[in-house]
Parts: sequence; C-alpha cells; structure tokens
Amino acid sequence: MATTYEPIATTTLGSAASSITFSSITSAYTDLRIIMNVAGGGSSNFVQIRFNSDATSNYSRTSLIADGSTVTSTRASATNGLLNVAASGSVQPELILADIFSYSNTSVYKTWLSSDNSDANGSGNVGRIVGLWRSTAAIDTILLQGNTGNFAAGTTATLYGILKA
Amino acid sequence: MASTYTLISSNVLSGSAASVTFSSIPSTYTDLVLRVSLRTDTSASFVQTNLTFNSDSSAIYSATYLYGTGSAASSTNYTADTYAREVYYDGANATSNTFGSGEIYIPNYTSTTSKSFSAFGVEEDNNSAARIGVEAQLYRNTSAISSITWAATSGQNFVSGSSFYLYGIKNS
Repeated sequence: MATTYEPIATTTLGSAASSITFSSITSAYTDLRIIMNVAGGGSSNFVQIRFNSDATSNYSRTSLIADGSTVTSTRASATNGLLNVAASGSVQPELILADIFSYSNTSVYKTWLSSDNSDANGSGNVGRIVGLWRSTAAIDTILLQGNTGNFAAGTTATLYGILKA
Repeated sequence: MASTYTLISSNVLSGSAASVTFSSIPSTYTDLVLRVSLRTDTSASFVQTNLTFNSDSSAIYSATYLYGTGSAASSTNYTADTYAREVYYDGANATSNTFGSGEIYIPNYTSTTSKSFSAFGVEEDNNSAARIGVEAQLYRNTSAISSITWAATSGQNFVSGSSFYLYGIKNS
C-alpha cells in the first residue's frame, strides 16, 4: 500500500544559521507539509519562504493575526517571498505548520496555507496565512530563511509528502 | 517501512468521564497530534476544557488566543496558567447531538526545551452562540511529555460518545 504521509527530509540546526533549504524535492507526492519549530533565542524576527530560488515579485499573501489584544488582517502583493506572521526570535520557540497544495501541478499557481504560533507567557502571536506563488513550475526547492538574522541552534524543519493514492 | 502517522492510542467514551489520560506515551516519535470530538455536561453552549502534561499543574502554561463568535473576533493572552485552556467545545446547552471538534499539534515533545504547540477548536451548532478558537500555546517545561490529560472543567464531565485520538508522527 502506498504511504500517504511520508517524511522527505528533515533538518535540525546544530548551530545558528540563516536558512534551511529543502532541495531536489521529488514530484511523486500530491501535496507537501512543512513542520518548522523555530528555537527560542534566534535573531530573526520572521521566516521568509521562497520556492525554486525565485526572489522576484511573484508572491502575495493575506494574513489574519492576533497578538493577545487585537486582531488584524493584512495583505501584501508582489513581494519577493512569503513571510510568516508570528514573530520569532523570542526566548520561546515558534511553531509553523504549513501546507503546499498541488506543488508539482504545472497548470496552476501554488498556494501555501500556514498556521503560525508563538507564545511567550504574556506576549505572542497566533495567525493564519494564505500565500500565493504565481508560477506554474513544479516546486523542487523550498527556502526557509530568517528575514533579519539567524535561526537559533535547535531549530527543526521537516518536509513531508502527502500522497492521494 | 515505518509508518509516519501512527495511532498511539484512542478513547471513545461509552459513558461520562471527567477526564481522559494518555499515559506512557512512547518517546519514539517526533511530534504528537491529538484529534478530538467532544461535548461536556456543563450548563453552557460553548465551553473551555483543560489540558495538562505529565500531571503537571504548576503555573507554567500560557497562550495567545484568537476567537471568533460569528460576528466579531478578539484576542487574549493568558499567562501563568496551571493548565492549557482548550477552546471551544460544546456544552450541554448546545444543539443536541453536536460535538466540538479540535486538533492539537505538539512538535518535538521529547525535547529538553519549552514546548510550543498549537490548538484549534470549534463549537458549531447552528446557533448564534457558536465559537471558533485558535491558540498558540506554551508549556514552559523541559521534560519530555509522557502523559497528556484532557479534562472537563471542575465538576463537569465529557459525555458519552466523546472521542480522543492520539497520533505520533515520525520525521524519519
């Protein structure tokens, strides 16, 4: 029987680093899922996501975010990468759960849905993002990088493939 | 080949119970996922339930919440709680036969750092009291999580038919 939910690659940072990259992603799955646990103590505020090394203005996003007192929704168009909404870099870890649908379908632009979670006992952010990469290319590389600095040692990221059959 | 997404344990209630505990959770997985369908006998339409790890009721749980009521959204921080507040689920005043649904994702549950985890719970019963809750939660303990207890609020019970499923996810 085919495996429906399968690990493709995983990275645990042994020392601080500015990015994690998943490359040579097979097109054998239907969807992708990323679980990223950003360790506390890093120097980056946010995680920026890019596909296939594309740093052009092909990205857009709409976010819903709450910080413990207010709820806001924002959007950004024609950006050079997707950005999560729950600030990391605090002393506590941050959790990102993200799904990329039909990542190898060359007839569609690619949609990213993520859950961002960062609480620090009195402050924090929780949010949801929908992101779009306006490219029909199959995604074979995913870059997760700090937008202002490094991820701390102990940061983990795992890429899973989800197969419809 | 090892299965990546594996059912560790489940509990479907055949009677009422004040709490459900998953104990002796193996440390062989990377992440844990709890998926529940539950209703309590609390005299309310929507209710909070309480989660603790390792029977630890010290004041080291906290959260940032996003709530929706169908007409408005709001957000709150909770600090130094003695349990993780899990919202929202159905109480006794919710429409009959409706159960709240929720999922909790706990990454790196065996790590020696604080545990950041996410929760999502909904109470939808074709009623204006319906609620949705999204939570970023934190358990400031460096011990591996080996047991999880999900409880109704004090003096209340989960009703028969409530179900609790604990899955383990492996990254290799």
